Amino acid sequence: MGDSNYSKAYIQALIDELKTSKIYTDLQCAAQVDLAKPTLRLSELKKGVLNGLVNSGWDRKLRNAIYRFLQTNPKLQAPTPPPEHLKEPLVYLRKAQQSWEKRILKSLNSMCTELNIPLARKRPEKDQKEWAQKWTELGIDGPVRIEKTEPKDASEKDLSQIRPVYAPKDFLEVIIGLQNPNYHGSDTPGFYHLWGIVQVPLKVKDIDELRLQYSDMSINQCQSGIDDAQDIPSELFEQERVKLGKKVISANHGPLAQEFSKKGCPTSMRATLWCQILAIEVDEIDILYYEQLKTNVLQHELLVDSLLYKDVKLTATNDDQYFVFEDFLYQVLLPFSRDTHVLKHFDYNSASPPKSYIRGRLGMEEFAVNYPPNGVIPFHGFAMYVAPMCFLFKETITLYYVFREMYIRYFFRLHSISSHPQGIVGLSLLFESLLQTHEPDLFFHLKSVGCHPLKVAFKWLVRAFSGYLSSDQVLLLWDRILAYNSMEILAVLAVAIFSFRKTNLMKVQSYNAAEAVLADLTTLQVIPLIQLSLFSK
Amino acid sequence: MSKGTKVPGYMQGKGSRNPRGIIGDREIRYKCSLQNTILDVLRGRPGWQEVPGQNNIQPNVNQANPKQAGSGSTTQGTTSGYKGSVRNPQGPGTQSAVPTRLQGDGDWDFYWCDREWLAQNYDTMFLYEHQKILHFRNHYELTRKNLMVKNLKRLKKQTERELGKAEGQSFEFFPTTYELPSEYHIFVEEFKKNPGIIWIMKPAARAQGRGIFLFRRLKDITDWKKGEYQPLSDPNREVPETYVVQRYIENPYLIGGRKFDVRVYVLVVSYNPLKVWLYRSGFARFSNTRFSLDSIEDTYVHLTNVAIQKNAPDYDPDKGCKWSTQQLRKYLSAKHGVEAVKKAFKGIDNIIIKSLQSVQKIIINDKHCFEMYGYDVLFDSDLKPWLIEINASPSLTASGKEDYDLKFGLLNDLLNVLDLENRLTGKEKRVGGWDLLWEDGPILADDGNMECAPNGTTASIPNSFLGCHNERKRQLRELYTAAQSIKKS
Repeated sequence: MGDSNYSKAYIQALIDELKTSKIYTDLQCAAQVDLAKPTLRLSELKKGVLNGLVNSGWDRKLRNAIYRFLQTNPKLQAPTPPPEHLKEPLVYLRKAQQSWEKRILKSLNSMCTELNIPLARKRPEKDQKEWAQKWTELGIDGPVRIEKTEPKDASEKDLSQIRPVYAPKDFLEVIIGLQNPNYHGSDTPGFYHLWGIVQVPLKVKDIDELRLQYSDMSINQCQSGIDDAQDIPSELFEQERVKLGKKVISANHGPLAQEFSKKGCPTSMRATLWCQILAIEVDEIDILYYEQLKTNVLQHELLVDSLLYKDVKLTATNDDQYFVFEDFLYQVLLPFSRDTHVLKHFDYNSASPPKSYIRGRLGMEEFAVNYPPNGVIPFHGFAMYVAPMCFLFKETITLYYVFREMYIRYFFRLHSISSHPQGIVGLSLLFESLLQTHEPDLFFHLKSVGCHPLKVAFKWLVRAFSGYLSSDQVLLLWDRILAYNSMEILAVLAVAIFSFRKTNLMKVQSYNAAEAVLADLTTLQVIPLIQLSLFSK
Repeated sequence: MSKGTKVPGYMQGKGSRNPRGIIGDREIRYKCSLQNTILDVLRGRPGWQEVPGQNNIQPNVNQANPKQAGSGSTTQGTTSGYKGSVRNPQGPGTQSAVPTRLQGDGDWDFYWCDREWLAQNYDTMFLYEHQKILHFRNHYELTRKNLMVKNLKRLKKQTERELGKAEGQSFEFFPTTYELPSEYHIFVEEFKKNPGIIWIMKPAARAQGRGIFLFRRLKDITDWKKGEYQPLSDPNREVPETYVVQRYIENPYLIGGRKFDVRVYVLVVSYNPLKVWLYRSGFARFSNTRFSLDSIEDTYVHLTNVAIQKNAPDYDPDKGCKWSTQQLRKYLSAKHGVEAVKKAFKGIDNIIIKSLQSVQKIIINDKHCFEMYGYDVLFDSDLKPWLIEINASPSLTASGKEDYDLKFGLLNDLLNVLDLENRLTGKEKRVGGWDLLWEDGPILADDGNMECAPNGTTASIPNSFLGCHNERKRQLRELYTAAQSIKKS
């Protein structure tokens, strides 16, 4: 990597990372195999081995590994900033996030005391066996009925008493309340006052920048999700697309798959393309690791399990499209809560993992543990990050790793306060600024009848539209998140939906009426909508 | 039936103007014996009017005793009293001498009747040229499980004889089946040849999953025999009920660990020549609990009939455990690719055609009759479709809004296909959500002018779009505009 854009320290970090990963030993083995070949001449040792690695496909794998590192690790500037700046450079947002975390913890703790259940405890031997047996059908009775096998247990609990720790609505209130202390003098009218309800001054893109960014989606380009509809003859677009897709897949190169997906993934190739973009190849070590997480679930019971259960029951199980996958969701979400690999993303996430203390050692740092082990407290709707992907992967393990990668790359930003352009604050602001620039009359009308557009759109953004659109449309949308490595498309779509239903929205006189107009999004086709709002004006 | 030219007096003038039907400008009168979606559809159609009076009363109570009916005038009197007007289009001396035939059910044009009514009245019924009635006389040839298998086995043998073993392979879509008690001994032989496999026992004539159970040991069935065949336990039953025993499909395709079957709607408007329409939409019904072969006593796991699921302890009626066929097709194409799914759905077309051909010569064809079948198809883990059963009266009661929309569209389009209003040209290959699958031979997707397809390459694509996008309203709009302009010119 002779690229001078990367600092020495960054490259060093990359090398360190690679050295500790499996690919390092794999490469070494492959190189040794090449060395042992009788055709290799000593004088051309280096060249021969390199050629051998290219021919056997290892060079692609190394490139993929590096690409993955570049995507997940933000560039370090010189001089190296302090770690808290990596998390969030703006002090007031950092503080806001911290106090939000405190609130969540408080509510979690009070639920514990109220219901008299511990945050975590070991399962009795008998229960462990029962769980192991029921692993693929956890949805049948959930944690509750299994626990009931021991009626004497004092901490017998009922799922109906468990409530989600917070919902997007609560989170929106926090975001509305955010104020930049440097703009304290905003009492003077006309100085700085935004129309919308998000009052954090962040730089967001305007429509021209977005048009450039998403130029591959423009109307004159054929797209998967429009031009491969069943009533369009396949030889016009689909056949060529699939042919190209097969070539891309056989190349097994992340950036290539990403570029290809800018026009959407053909349904039957999506699973493979996503895996390539996210650099996921499930090997024995991954399987072993998942099995270990599963054992952890079997051995210990967490309060978070009940939260996850409750969430699945409230969302996916009640959804016409997703109810079938209830069991898959548990098999992904429960091990996820135990996965300490997820902790790494807190390096660049403004949030921090909550700490808990071993009984009787409250406040002593050396006895602090992350709770839950992955540091993520689920909220109402969390399961919907997984649900659409159940359409893609039959293997729970692949599903698990794809979800984990999606979470630590993208989804965590949708429920933590940060100044990152793709964080929820940035997306909300982008939504408001786009809508007020391009539909000022609509924005003004809604604002004046007391229905701020963001109040309706916020829940869409937080869940990345999962559960609101029909599942195939969610996947088409997430194709673009992966392909452009950006979630700004979510805000664009939200604006597009408002424009699309404008005629009806202009007639509403109350918040409830507006919500009713926008309640059912399952009939929408996302790609034409995005094209309309990005390119038609 | 020889009544082609007979036209009731009050519409004779109009009838001659119109070659295809005799309804002309007046409203269409209908009767309907059900109180659900179909009635909503009929009531919602502009220009259709319900025949006044109680639909469910059977007009010929005296029919129960044909010998008495033979005495003539009294019978005629009663029917005329009920009908209000008697037309007598049938002169003395035409085929049947039974006087009740005179009643001529002429006061309706369209009758959505139940099977019982048809069974009791068909033989004595007189129908005018334009009248349409649901069900064929002997529909049970296909819907009774034992007869269906008998017919299929026969056609399979015939095909093998005429076209060779290889051709007979295309009939491998129903599991090994025997009729009980008549084929009990062959079954026992087969049973002993394959120890350990699971069999499923179904009453031949009952619907909605009643009386079904699974077993692995012959002892289970002998216990059942004792209970069921006690000759004196039930004096009203003269012969033991017919059951079919079927090899149970042990590797069903699972989604999220659940078993499901697919409901496919098929419309037959004529058996000779065979003319079959296939509806694009339908649904997959999921079993409520997870599939495993360990608990074969648990009926809920194994049966996907909605009727049975409703009794399951944690059944949630709002959820209905259903996916649309579109949703299913999307899911399967994502997992297995478009080609594999096309192949699987082609297998369903084959099931439909082969099963209908197997009764083509047996069903009493009548141009007044039509039938809407509900096929239940199960996929195994290799995506091969298996025929489970065929219903002649698929449930039309909706389990939710989505289900209601499906059935409402389905029935409305069915009436559009029958076209009592005479708005179409009769050459359409698609009407709303229905695609013409077979008319005395396979229909291809491109050779008509209704579907827009480019030249060449699509030539061998059959006109079958199960689980495809169903934008029926738009299609109907275009269709009627086109038909109108064709008729004018």
